[in-house]
Amino acid sequence: MPRTPTERTCILRLENVSLSFDESPKVLDNISLELWTGDTKIVLGAAGAGKTVMFKVALGLLKPTSGRVYLFGQDVTDFDESHWFEVRNHIGVLFQEGGLFDSLTIEENVAYPLVNRSHRTAEEVHPEVEQALRFVELGNTLSKFPSELSGGMRRRVGIARAGISDPALLLYDSPTAGLDPITANNIMTLIVQDRETRNATSAIISHRFQDGHIMANFRYNPDSKRLERIPDGSPLRQRTRFVVMREGRIVFEGSEGELDASTDPYIAKFSMQRSAH
Amino acid sequence: MLDILKSPIVTFQEFILLAGRATTNIVRRPFYGRDVILQMDTIGVGSLPITILIGFFSGAVMALQMSRALSQYGATGQVGQITAITLVREMGPVLTALLVAGRNASGIASELGSMKVTEQIDAMRALGTDPIKKLVTPRLIATCTTLPLLTIIADFIGIIGGYLVAVPLLALTTSSQYWNNAWRSLEYNDIAQGLLKPLVFAFIISLVGCLYGIRTTGGTQGVGRATTQAVVVASVWIFVCTFLITRVFVNL
Repeated sequence: MPRTPTERTCILRLENVSLSFDESPKVLDNISLELWTGDTKIVLGAAGAGKTVMFKVALGLLKPTSGRVYLFGQDVTDFDESHWFEVRNHIGVLFQEGGLFDSLTIEENVAYPLVNRSHRTAEEVHPEVEQALRFVELGNTLSKFPSELSGGMRRRVGIARAGISDPALLLYDSPTAGLDPITANNIMTLIVQDRETRNATSAIISHRFQDGHIMANFRYNPDSKRLERIPDGSPLRQRTRFVVMREGRIVFEGSEGELDASTDPYIAKFSMQRSAH
Repeated sequence: MLDILKSPIVTFQEFILLAGRATTNIVRRPFYGRDVILQMDTIGVGSLPITILIGFFSGAVMALQMSRALSQYGATGQVGQITAITLVREMGPVLTALLVAGRNASGIASELGSMKVTEQIDAMRALGTDPIKKLVTPRLIATCTTLPLLTIIADFIGIIGGYLVAVPLLALTTSSQYWNNAWRSLEYNDIAQGLLKPLVFAFIISLVGCLYGIRTTGGTQGVGRATTQAVVVASVWIFVCTFLITRVFVNL
């Protein structure tokens, strides 16, 4: 599953994926989605629309009732857990609440993927961990525990952990949920920065249109260390696509402009958020 | 009718699957030695003071109860034998297991349950660690090694408790007769079931705790529910199993 920067390959493909628990209505209903190298997907939708479930299917944490899942070109639908571990080594994840281990320090949390996957010792990975935490501006929290940090800080630690093993695919589940606008924007800046520095493919679940707006229109300038607008007509603009989910179905897929132009009241709700701010 | 049976059968099936996976993991890499030691400390060393206390009083109360019954037959000299046999065969294993179930089945269920609801178990899987290997197997190993040891300690302290009541307090018998009686009355059969029981109970306590923890759904309320269920289910199975094991050994 190596990543070649020049060649565009399909990193993640969901093919007619459906999922239901017991006899309740379908949580995912015939979802098809493709994510190519360097792409950014913004998954929008109301609470309970199935966004997180879709992520978990893509990660193999949940098994679809029907349909196929392809990751890095191979059909992983029927993989058992031990095979999944190999595939997941190439995916970085930020969970909704950060998903940090309470019983481990921040340093151990961020080091976890490296120690676990490459079987290196904590001392060996220390410089990388420190650098990753400095990247999210939390270089002084190494020996703290997750419970001692604020929600936004935990989220940033989660971002550091997701990216530390330099994965080919990054999945962020609601990186800004429940955060104040300033912190939320800082987090989005980090994610943009992450995208530019690693050239990773990413998918972001959100219920805030602004998150997608930042991803679609801004890039990180390493010289000024700030975000700057992507010039019109730049191919980078084409890389960010929006997906809107409703009750387990994908009801919209397209660019920011198309999302703005949509007349469907449910879809328009996610673009109107922008005009409201 | 079948619907009522469905849920317990599914739970039992999950229990068997978890037991199978957790047990086979004992011999599979990677090993989490540090976690095993940590759990042994929490489950074993942590339960030691209360085990000693309960062991002492169960032995003492046994001698006290028996003093009346035995004096009716003029057989007060047998108090050592009765205390030793009841403790080693039944009271020691069951009381210790119930204590550890109350302390640790609940502890395990709430810890794993909170990890489940805060997505830590999903995160663990996403980061390439098998939660059964990392969380369940160490708890299983730790409980299976410490519970028999705790039981042995409880048995011994209980016999001392019985001695203190029988000899210095009530003068039912002499010191040497008590110890002689207690020592000689124990056969291999008693020791075997006295050690097999805690092993089986340890299996039940750790796996029931883990199962209810891992199955937790529905936020913090779900964690509370899982904890209660784990203790109740583990305690019930301890009683069922002690009956079944005794039934087998009684005929041997």
